[in-house]
Amino acid sequence: MIRALRTRRVETAPFLLLTPALITMLFVVAVPLVFSLWASLTPYQLTKPATLWRFIGPENYRRAVTDSAFWIVFGRTILFLTIALNVELLLGLGIALLINRITWGQRTLRTIMMFPMMFSPILVGFQFKFLFNDNIGIVNNALQSLGLTDQAIPWLVDARLAMFSITLAEVWMSTSVFAILLLAGLFAMPRDPLEAAKVDGCNAWQVFRHITLPFLMPFAYIAMAIRSLDVARAYDIVAVMTDGGPAGRTELLWTVIARVGYENAKMGQANAIAFISTLLSIAFTWHFYRKLVAARRYMGGAA
Amino acid sequence: MTEVVESAASKRLKRVALTMLTFLLMVLMCLPGLWVVLSAFRPNREILAKPPIWIPETLTLDNFGKIFGWGTEQVAIPVGSYFANSLIIALTSTVIALLIGMAGGYAFARYSFRGKGSLFLGFMLFRAVPGIALSLPVFMIWSRLGLIDTKAGLIIVYVSLNVPFTLWLIDGFFRQIPVSLSEAAQVDGCTRWQAFWKIEFPLARSGIAAAGVFAFLTSWNEFALASQLTRSTDSKTLPVGLLDFTAQFTIDWAGMCAMAVIIIIPALVLTFIVQKHLIAGLTFGGVKG
Repeated sequence: MIRALRTRRVETAPFLLLTPALITMLFVVAVPLVFSLWASLTPYQLTKPATLWRFIGPENYRRAVTDSAFWIVFGRTILFLTIALNVELLLGLGIALLINRITWGQRTLRTIMMFPMMFSPILVGFQFKFLFNDNIGIVNNALQSLGLTDQAIPWLVDARLAMFSITLAEVWMSTSVFAILLLAGLFAMPRDPLEAAKVDGCNAWQVFRHITLPFLMPFAYIAMAIRSLDVARAYDIVAVMTDGGPAGRTELLWTVIARVGYENAKMGQANAIAFISTLLSIAFTWHFYRKLVAARRYMGGAA
Repeated sequence: MTEVVESAASKRLKRVALTMLTFLLMVLMCLPGLWVVLSAFRPNREILAKPPIWIPETLTLDNFGKIFGWGTEQVAIPVGSYFANSLIIALTSTVIALLIGMAGGYAFARYSFRGKGSLFLGFMLFRAVPGIALSLPVFMIWSRLGLIDTKAGLIIVYVSLNVPFTLWLIDGFFRQIPVSLSEAAQVDGCTRWQAFWKIEFPLARSGIAAAGVFAFLTSWNEFALASQLTRSTDSKTLPVGLLDFTAQFTIDWAGMCAMAVIIIIPALVLTFIVQKHLIAGLTFGGVKG
């Protein structure tokens, strides 16, 4: 009887409590997204306001997917994310395993490790633009002082080197997130299975491969899920470092949106590309959220 | 016997070497950031010097004086008002996001209702929308509502940006507090409202503070939306203002480094204060479904 009363009373309370959150998301994200979808189906240009009300169907999408330049940028974005995220995961795992073995000064190390996390993407971009400047940057200065090269290396001017520099900046910024979460996983790990495996004669690699790694997976998925929410922050880095140049060769999906929408004032086309990038991000988050849930179920709530 | 002692000694040596190596590696990782901080205290001519000057000859606060307009020399960039805008916008949006997130997080942690999982996922997916993609429709709507280049316009956007993550973190912190505590208080005659403020809120306080710091930093560091929704000293924030330097004829590297230090200091202080709670919040909130 008491139980029945209690369940009836909780019916409205959670929804009342969630109302402010729902209203904010509705008006600042959901409504603009619907509006964005509409705009992507019009030839809207900022200079011609009337064009916002002319429906042309999926023309903007058709134009995007039949344009080879779009696919080059799309491919570059995927490649950039794949390389950056994998390097971040591996480096983060390495750092976490290393720090986990240190007994003296571990707290200090953990604090130092978080240093890059405090930098905003715009600062990371500026920082690497400063370091990689071909004339006054410390990288070229060091290489020239050591006599490794007598010419200034055009780090941000050559297309390939520029993409490398951008990826390095991205990795520098986000490796800490992986390291810190994986380290938290290592701390939470029970000791018994490790010792049992050693008694059973497993070597270090076997212990890592069959005990440590599976245990760490949910933590890796948390890190991936968190990262998936802000992969588009790479926009800030590129905007500062190269602004998509030279000749559009470091352009990513996100910088194209800004270029088409604000610089060329073609809002209709920009909204179509923005919608594609949004779907990409959502698919990414969805994927790692599912993996996280599955890993958690597999672990039986041990983590 | 000696063999045992020897192997213990070599083990210790190995451990010391590993510790030193790890410290060296971490310092090396921080070096790019430290170089920017160091350059903020050097005169621009020393940064531009060819051949390079490796060991700073003069350390000065002039760069900071210049960007804030204290000294005789000044840069034409109103860093002071950008700083004020950043502070007002980040603080206001953090407080609002915390209140909304606390209500929502409590609902997620303490009640079970239908569609809870999908609602939670829905919040996260909304957060996944890239800032620059969201900026297009928000820009179009805000210009019709007259919210472009206003602090309020940016505050509204940042609140919605922070609500999902704040919700996630606070949900995790409330979950760690046993329900029995609040139930005991209610048996003793507290209302649920009183039990929340007297029992659960004080216990979750440090976690909520961590969520607040995270929200503050997100707003403080945001660029993609701010760069499109702000125009003038009325609402421009520090990250957008940093790019003002590149618009000038010659890049004032020393000035930019000084501004970078100004942006990083609040982030540095706040992260150090709450780092422990932040890690706990991220992992528990995520793992303990």
